[in-house]
Amino acid sequence: MEKAIDKTGVKIGMWIFLYSEVLLFGGLFVLYAVYFHAFPEDFALGGKELNRIFGTANTLVLLISSFTVAASITAIQQRRKGLAIGLLVFSLLCGLAFLINKYFEWGAKFHHDLYPNSDLLLDSDPGFNIFFGLYYTITGLHGLHVIIGMVLLAISLVLVARNKISAERYAMLENSGLYWHLVDLIWIFVFPLFYLVL
Amino acid sequence: MNEHESEHILPYGFLAQILAGLVLLTAVTVGVSYIDWGFLNVPIALFVASSKATLVLLFFMHIKYEGMVIKVSFISTMLVLAILISFTFWDVAFR
Repeated sequence: MEKAIDKTGVKIGMWIFLYSEVLLFGGLFVLYAVYFHAFPEDFALGGKELNRIFGTANTLVLLISSFTVAASITAIQQRRKGLAIGLLVFSLLCGLAFLINKYFEWGAKFHHDLYPNSDLLLDSDPGFNIFFGLYYTITGLHGLHVIIGMVLLAISLVLVARNKISAERYAMLENSGLYWHLVDLIWIFVFPLFYLVL
Repeated sequence: MNEHESEHILPYGFLAQILAGLVLLTAVTVGVSYIDWGFLNVPIALFVASSKATLVLLFFMHIKYEGMVIKVSFISTMLVLAILISFTFWDVAFR
């Protein structure tokens, strides 16, 4: 006899975890709001240092990868294993592209002496230093989530290839997908707050 | 068996339309950012971001097709977040 699987329960568990992630980033956005309120000029100066093109490119990469992850679930439901694998590989490549982009972006900042505890930041106004502190904390934590999301998607990919994830049982893929969408969701708010409004 | 909720299959074309909407909204928010709207800069950017987030949540994350437990708990989380942000900011802004 097959063991009964509580599909809804599995999903609710993932959502409860995602709520804690929402509040984690929510707390950081509160910090951003409060310091933006206190140091609007310094934040505007800091925002000028960020590259809109980099930010937009990374936004598009994450949006497209969210689409391919959602489509891979449809593919599994329709028993198109090859297509699902292709879509997951593509999503992983998008995650990698995001990280490479971020590497060059951070690298350019380091090159301009804009990194935590750098002489330039220590000598500048406190608001400017706080802006970059928040920038590295929030984009760094988000980058960590991108890496975790990629690990989850890679595990799902292997399980699909081994037929452990199938049209009958795909909760692992669904929950990895939810995590990946959350990463996208957080970036949707990080992007305008750091790259656009200042 | 109660399968109709979790077995909802979203067609590829429909998902692609959602992606197109998201890309369009990204173009809008980047486009308007080149104009200085004064104090409206942040509200405009957050409004567009919230619209994008709604699309991702409803369709990519499937909330539209989930049962009451996930819908209600999600909305409750958003309320907690709103209280966290507004009360903290309220305190700081009028101190």
